[in-house]
Amino acid sequence: MQNKHLRWVIYLSGLMVLLIASVILSLSVGEMNLGFFDIFSILGKGHSSMEYTIITQIRLPRVLLGIAVGGALSLSGVLLQGVYRNPLVEPYTLGISGGASLGVAFAIVFGLHQLIGPMVLPLSGFIGAFLIIFVVYSISSRHGRINIQSMLLTGVMISFIASSSMMLLMAITSAENLHGIIFWIMGSLDEPEMSLIYVTLVMAFASLAVSYLFVQPLNALRLGEEKAKHLGINTDTTIKLLFLLASMLAGVCVAVAGVIGFVGLIIPHLMRLLVGSDYRILLVSSFLSGSIFLVLSDVIARTIISPNELPIGVITGIVGGIVFLLMMSRSSVQLMRNK
Amino acid sequence: MNPSILNIQNLCCGYPKFQLSDICIDMPKGSFAGIIGPNGSGKTTLFRAITGTLGIKSGNIMLGDKNLRTLAPRQRAQNIAIVSQFIDAGDISVEDYVLMGRIPYQSRFSFFESDDDLRIAREYMTMTDTWRFKDQLMSELSGGEQQLAAIARALTQEPELLLLDEPTSHLDITHQVHILNVLQQLNQEMGLSVLMVIHDLNLASEYCDRLILVNQGRIHTQGTPEEVLTFQNIEDVYQTVVVTQPNPLSGKPAVFLATQKVLKEINERTDIAQ
Repeated sequence: MQNKHLRWVIYLSGLMVLLIASVILSLSVGEMNLGFFDIFSILGKGHSSMEYTIITQIRLPRVLLGIAVGGALSLSGVLLQGVYRNPLVEPYTLGISGGASLGVAFAIVFGLHQLIGPMVLPLSGFIGAFLIIFVVYSISSRHGRINIQSMLLTGVMISFIASSSMMLLMAITSAENLHGIIFWIMGSLDEPEMSLIYVTLVMAFASLAVSYLFVQPLNALRLGEEKAKHLGINTDTTIKLLFLLASMLAGVCVAVAGVIGFVGLIIPHLMRLLVGSDYRILLVSSFLSGSIFLVLSDVIARTIISPNELPIGVITGIVGGIVFLLMMSRSSVQLMRNK
Repeated sequence: MNPSILNIQNLCCGYPKFQLSDICIDMPKGSFAGIIGPNGSGKTTLFRAITGTLGIKSGNIMLGDKNLRTLAPRQRAQNIAIVSQFIDAGDISVEDYVLMGRIPYQSRFSFFESDDDLRIAREYMTMTDTWRFKDQLMSELSGGEQQLAAIARALTQEPELLLLDEPTSHLDITHQVHILNVLQQLNQEMGLSVLMVIHDLNLASEYCDRLILVNQGRIHTQGTPEEVLTFQNIEDVYQTVVVTQPNPLSGKPAVFLATQKVLKEINERTDIAQ
């Protein structure tokens, strides 16, 4: 028992060190490369230098958004996989990204962002995501109970409908709008509105705290819905609340940063392999490693073809997919066991 | 006579296509009871009604002096522990799995198991001889060992009543007898009331002191093994020719089958004799 808790402490400290290291790395590299250890002296000197401005005004907001979005997407994925007992579920399987993209495409095609202002895009993404969540949720809940298997199928189907409708919008609109839509869909941590970054950050950490109220039900749900009930868990309420929490997390992330795929699928998987399936350690380590993964992906995205920038979704997909395949070929047996 | 631990009054429940009706069971505290009956007779439906997975249409299920309908899920889990037929616990360590039995007693905010939780889990793991697997994963254990771990987990719930759904159905006789011996010992030494669904009539007869024979959604007969396992009852319910004789060791009824070939030979012999 003592051993288990000691292991948890080691995992946590390791991930914290990695996170801090990747934050410093991300602050130091870019168009103007600063030394890894010079960051501290630059920040120590204060407001005057140009380096200081670059770090705090340009790079820090990206890092903060990376921490928030990476952690939130990964947490959302681990919660959904726990609720559905299905390792292939991720926030986007349920149509959340489809809804948000549709919302944004709608706003761009009808010129709403030019009429009202740039805040319209994240807002319409958020509205689109929530409309989809609402539809999926109400189709699959009958008499106050949720059928989680039918919910999964409903989500996949709604997702198809949403992405096809978006293609329809893309087909009938101008080339300029088309570019805007595609650019948004591919995802980016470049967010000029600082208040949105703070909102995302606060929401991500608050959700992590809230998810810890559900570790006991989540742990019991590893045995299956019926057996969790036998242990006195109110599974219906748990599943509903966790679904809403996870969807909200994913909805906000997509609205702010676009569709950044794979984080919610791969990171929880890797963490299950590394730290085990006990949600007491799994939730926080998924969150932290999601943040690490996205901050590092962003470093790659903006340095690899510098001074231009690749969409971060491309990096997470390629790097994440390859790492995942490597891990899987090494431990295919363990993966099969992970439910 | 002991006060009853499980008292079912005129229970009706089921699904649109299958109904249990008019079920009355009175199970005294400390008894070891078995639910038997053919496939599709309603054993599992009855089991699911008692575990609370299936809603009740009419009637009452009383657990001691508590009505199961008004019992919150948590209280229910403190009073009834359930061992399902398939354990399917995956990559959870055996000790963590057994500790899940303490969930009904833990508050939502208790993050770590208390020393009491650990002590209780250890006690019942030792009793079921699963302590030696404590750091292995559940999926690494054999079927029989998983079943024992599930029993340890159920005991860790410190229930008044232990329910088991065909605990021995996919095991060889070594493990069947071992698991039922463990249950018998718990019943005898701790006075734990046990109710299990079981297919094997001979095992049911040997281990249970009360049997409930279910057929077509109703109780056909209930009572001691001697009262229930008569060849008339069995032939009536299972539509199979059998002979029952007392087991020479225990005196409990044992059921013998008659194959088609043997029946034919017997018929021919009696024809010749006539």
